[in-house]
Amino acid sequence: MRIDRDEVRRIAELARLEIADDDAAAVAGQLSGVLDFVATLQQLDLDGCEPSTFAPADAPPREDVPGVRGLDPFAATAAAPESDEGYFVVPPVVENVNP
Amino acid sequence: MSRPLWKESAAAISARVRAGEITAVEAMDAGWDGPASLWEHDVHAVVHTDREARHAAAEAAPARGLLAGVPVLVKDNLCTVDYPTTCCSRILAGYHAPYDATVVRRLREAGAVIVGKGNMDEFAMGSSTEFSCYGPTRNPWDLSRVPGGSSGGPAAAVAYGLVPVALGSDTGGSVRQPAAFCGVYGLKPTYGRLSRYGLVAFGSSLDQVGIFARHAGDVATTFAALAGWDEYDATSRPAPAPDVSNWDAGVTGLRFGWPANLWANGVDGAIVDALERSANALERAGGTRVPMEFLPGEYAVAAYYLVATAEASSNLARFDGVRYGLRSSDATDVRSLYVRSRSEGFGPEVRRRILLGTYALSSGYYDAYYLQAQRARTRIRREYARAFESCDFLLLPAAPTLPFRVGEKVDDPLAMYLSDVFTIGANLAGTPGLSVPVGVTPEGLPTAVQLLGPQDGEGALLRAARAIEVNGDVARLPREHEVEASWPGKR
Repeated sequence: MRIDRDEVRRIAELARLEIADDDAAAVAGQLSGVLDFVATLQQLDLDGCEPSTFAPADAPPREDVPGVRGLDPFAATAAAPESDEGYFVVPPVVENVNP
Repeated sequence: MSRPLWKESAAAISARVRAGEITAVEAMDAGWDGPASLWEHDVHAVVHTDREARHAAAEAAPARGLLAGVPVLVKDNLCTVDYPTTCCSRILAGYHAPYDATVVRRLREAGAVIVGKGNMDEFAMGSSTEFSCYGPTRNPWDLSRVPGGSSGGPAAAVAYGLVPVALGSDTGGSVRQPAAFCGVYGLKPTYGRLSRYGLVAFGSSLDQVGIFARHAGDVATTFAALAGWDEYDATSRPAPAPDVSNWDAGVTGLRFGWPANLWANGVDGAIVDALERSANALERAGGTRVPMEFLPGEYAVAAYYLVATAEASSNLARFDGVRYGLRSSDATDVRSLYVRSRSEGFGPEVRRRILLGTYALSSGYYDAYYLQAQRARTRIRREYARAFESCDFLLLPAAPTLPFRVGEKVDDPLAMYLSDVFTIGANLAGTPGLSVPVGVTPEGLPTAVQLLGPQDGEGALLRAARAIEVNGDVARLPREHEVEASWPGKR
């Protein structure tokens, strides 16, 4: 599977990353090399193999119960680049629409 | 003169601290004033520490517990309240976690002293510790070579004598491969056995905290101190942890699988020799060799680089310039805040893996890549289960090569990935693995083998490691003669 520079830009857009034009060709080559390698999976007999995620059958993950442990808002925002009274601060999300 | 403290095992240190013969401060300073004063500058195993914080931790440590007074270095992706936690990434520059990881808390409760944070490949993505934003760690056996990765800092620190025990994390071999390259023991336990709470997530279905030490017994003791259910980790195993207190019980009656087809090609002769010597040691100790065929590791590598990168692309979405770490100063809106902060903050290998994972999960490619990798994972699990029907553990290489040169593979991702060809399968299967040092080559590089067991099979792995330790020629401290020549060191 070959990935070209345009495909790298499309993926980067999805991943919220910028790839400089100078780097896009090199990244495309490296990703193509890895994808060629992972194509070896097609040689593996997967008859009867359902997809498995992570938990071994004998230890299913516990229920996702909220409130097991929480951080108060001030501790949770203490390491933020910008915060105000326990809130994260970001640039404006909604554009100012004139009436 | 008695044996210097920095060469002692964790077991010996904790016994002397509990008896009141030495203090935790003395045990800790022995490593810093001795080998670290000579070697840390060149090896660069530690990225966050300071004398004041170390001493505060040592003075606060209880003089009781399994690890009383034992200095421990932890990888920089394990949260600690007293040192930064940055995953050696610019995007987490200056980040201080508001809590300790569960394994860190359990270390402290067992009397251990956290002395700082170990160097690593950024977000644990790498096999050489060259992808750290703080610069690489070098192998203490040969400074022109890599220590392996991604937990290269903790592995190197144990090897050169800074600490007797360290913690890393192993998503595809990141404890076992650097342990092999540095000539120390490295255990990846069964998935879910050590809590992941406070371990910064990379590939959540594969990540597992691991243990480095210079003695098999110290691995067992640290495992006993850390293992057990944790309500804060949704994938923590609720069943009681396996008892590893019989790590010195020998291997009489144990059968070890010998999948020689795996090293028929492409494995360094010194490693093949180490395998033979280890098998002979096990047989002399009463173990039985069971020849078998095993699925080549390349399939596991292929499945892994889809599963792990897909999970990473999702896990690393949280680093967006809002909640922690770096925020780009030239963002104008939320979208550019995300894009600029991530592009400035992530290094090349992390970007590559996020892109690969995003691609594998993206519309139109999901079935062909991600789903097929998950099916391959089922096949690999069955392969392991089948092998353990006829043996108690497998003996195989930990890595196909001896430590490679700094810079040798840094621009060739696939070559780097293939250095994990023997370790990755156990992460996909969720089973335990242990790297065991087996002597050194005539050129002075450590060689190692790997033991793989079934779920909760840590006990047999440690018994086998001990049998090889007793019957083999394990050389553990690359720099001891140089440090001894200048003992008691310089401040």
